[in-house]
Amino acid sequence: MIATVDSVAAVQEAVLVSDRLLPVGAQTKPALSAVTDPGTVRLDCAGLSGISAYDPAELTLTAAAGTPIVELADALAAHGQYLPFDPPLAAAGATLAGTVAAGLSGAGAQRYGGLRDFIIGVEFVDGRGRHVHGGGRVVKNAAGFDLPKLMVGSLGRLGVIVAVSLKVFPRARAHRTLAATFASPAAALDTIGVLNRGPLALEALDLTSEGRLLVRLGGDDGTLTALTERAEATIGTACERIDGPEEAAMWAASAALTALRGNGDRASENPSDSDAPSGDLIRIPLTPPQLPPLSTALTAAGARHRFSRGASVAWAHWPADRTLTELSDRLADLGLGGQRLWGRPGPPLLGTVPGGPFADRVRAALDPDHRFPEL
Amino acid sequence: MEIIAALGELGLGERLLTTPAALAAFSCDGLTAFTARPCAAVLAESTAEVVATVRACHATGTPFVARGSGTSLSGGSLPVAGGVLIALNRLNRVLSIDPESRTAVLEPGVINLDVSRAAAAHGLAYAPDPSSQSVCSIGGNLAFNSGGAHCLRHGMTANHILGMTVVLPDGELTTLGGPSREGLGPDWTGMFCGSEGLFGIAVEVTVSLIPIAEATATFLAAYDSLSAAGDAVSAIVAAGLLPVAMEIMDALAIEAAEASVKPRYPPAAALLIVELEGDRDTVAADTTALEALIAVSGAVSVTHTADPEERALIWKGRKSAFSAVGWLAPDYIVQDGVVPRTQLGRALAEVEALSAAAGIRVANVFHAGDGNLHPLILFDGAEAGALERAEQLAADILSMCVRLGGSITGEHGVGVEKRAHLPLMFSPDDLTLMGEIRRSVDPGELANRGKMLVPMAEGTAA
Repeated sequence: MIATVDSVAAVQEAVLVSDRLLPVGAQTKPALSAVTDPGTVRLDCAGLSGISAYDPAELTLTAAAGTPIVELADALAAHGQYLPFDPPLAAAGATLAGTVAAGLSGAGAQRYGGLRDFIIGVEFVDGRGRHVHGGGRVVKNAAGFDLPKLMVGSLGRLGVIVAVSLKVFPRARAHRTLAATFASPAAALDTIGVLNRGPLALEALDLTSEGRLLVRLGGDDGTLTALTERAEATIGTACERIDGPEEAAMWAASAALTALRGNGDRASENPSDSDAPSGDLIRIPLTPPQLPPLSTALTAAGARHRFSRGASVAWAHWPADRTLTELSDRLADLGLGGQRLWGRPGPPLLGTVPGGPFADRVRAALDPDHRFPEL
Repeated sequence: MEIIAALGELGLGERLLTTPAALAAFSCDGLTAFTARPCAAVLAESTAEVVATVRACHATGTPFVARGSGTSLSGGSLPVAGGVLIALNRLNRVLSIDPESRTAVLEPGVINLDVSRAAAAHGLAYAPDPSSQSVCSIGGNLAFNSGGAHCLRHGMTANHILGMTVVLPDGELTTLGGPSREGLGPDWTGMFCGSEGLFGIAVEVTVSLIPIAEATATFLAAYDSLSAAGDAVSAIVAAGLLPVAMEIMDALAIEAAEASVKPRYPPAAALLIVELEGDRDTVAADTTALEALIAVSGAVSVTHTADPEERALIWKGRKSAFSAVGWLAPDYIVQDGVVPRTQLGRALAEVEALSAAAGIRVANVFHAGDGNLHPLILFDGAEAGALERAEQLAADILSMCVRLGGSITGEHGVGVEKRAHLPLMFSPDDLTLMGEIRRSVDPGELANRGKMLVPMAEGTAA
């Protein structure tokens, strides 16, 4: 069942009257907002919406949980600023708290860092129905436990986020993407390493499962030419230059995870099978040395994928004809873990999942009555 | 004592200190106004020894405090009287550097600056640079989420800690996070950072490294008022520039720096240091833009340099400002409040008014880009009531910071020093929850008892 709330008091009330509940936003990551226990109340927080504070001179912003990311992006863009962690699925309607709870950063995090580097404050309702806050609204703050960071990736299982404060940055005025093709993802690894360690601050550094390397540059019209020449010299292979609306559209499609949606796999290509599950989308954190074995394993399973943030993360489409158990085992074999964003019913986290006694003890304090689903 | 006997069985030899003379060295940290004598100090040389020591403390209900270099300015590594002090300085190895992943794995006693030294061979550096970076340790940086002059773009310590192995307060060893820049599940690593030792001891730390900047330009602009320097900071932000650092020093702080390390700063009411960093083309373009901005900002004089020695001297003056005020007065209190960047001018005016009203001199050094103030409150401890008056002024300044929408601490932590001020920022429910989290991780409140939160043992919950 779904309950809707439009105030913090209503969230507190809902937490206190529900034995089991899970906050949801726009449900753009259905695997994270799905519940297995039919008695669990899904708390729709989209009604908690709106920017409560934004002063461009502060480079900070505070907004309610259900505020759509696009609303934030538009407000920032009017002042030449942006969310440097580049949250994905904005066009699909992703909300601020949904993004924080899912712990998602996008390709643009290559430049300045991910969501955990830009969250500075949080307000949430804990498992006892208390409205609490951590952090603040200033960019630098060492007072109290870092509850804002704890909420990053909390999957709605540690509390109901009601408001978030973020640090923001000025956005590059102009962008250009260089594309170069390698024989395989692994063949591009050396180039990624050189770029990761190199002097150019890249806006994005992505690699598709077909071995297409995408190097996004940002600057102003004056510096972009120089950056282009230097990046091309580093890549050393013939580069295609992509500019303008085509370039913007390409990264928008990347943020929408379009190429990893289920409509390309065998199950859904069959018209008579249109209702069949079309596979799962999974995010897999990694380090560059883990790229070759992961790419090999994913390719062997017929899983289309893309590496992002200079090979710090893989996004993969796991085909419907492969089981989640197999995926979980493959990841664990490689010492990796993954987070599902959509697909068939199952746990949100697979493979080697961090946690342990510290996690258990913190969780026991935040949700002593087990109102939120297990992680 | 039971704990001494238990520690005696660990085979530590001369690395178990129990005599008053040997323990005296550990009785305080960088905040010398507070002292306490532990019953024993353990100079740990391995994770196993840290685990065994913590287990002994847990078994006997003895509070323990981990200590790196002891540079905390908030009393973070002040011992608990009668407790155990666990010194981590000897755990100072850089265990590995992975240039492909741009990470390093460190023991907690590694000195901050040694990380960048070790990484330099790979063209990499460790970004967080507290002013004490030549002596402070990574474990302490992690526990107190240390900042530095370059947080504006690079963030604080927690932004550069990817994973860690920690000894929980009952001696259990566990791993948080991992080597990737992307996380999975709740950010337990981020939660452990800045917890002021209340969740246990990090014994192995994975940090992220950044490429050494190809080009750097450091501007030094002199102004005839603090507000003019503050306005220049606002103009730089409004123009869409993102320097790595923006620092302001007032006349008294400049005087102190000149009296000690002689950075050859121009005479001024306020000095603005702005540093640009990046690839050579971007820094060249930003230099041109910044020159134009400062030219119309009312600066009395301005210079900029890319010369490493000249830059080092500028930063030496800035980073030694705290110790340099020792030339101006026998004692001082350094505060660490934060205000929203746009409130800087107002905050400085209020500091000036409070200082005048109290009749106490205050030197100002601050991370202007972050709104992080460091008022240095000068006094003579030999004078009756001077410390109390200085502390009252410090408290008034912190209240003002919170009133303007800021924080009581930007980077030094709460420690013992600002514990009483935490309720200015957090509601009773916020503090109750923090206390509950603390006691869920550490029911006996053994780990760094008395820092940040008021322990149950002292009465009121959290």
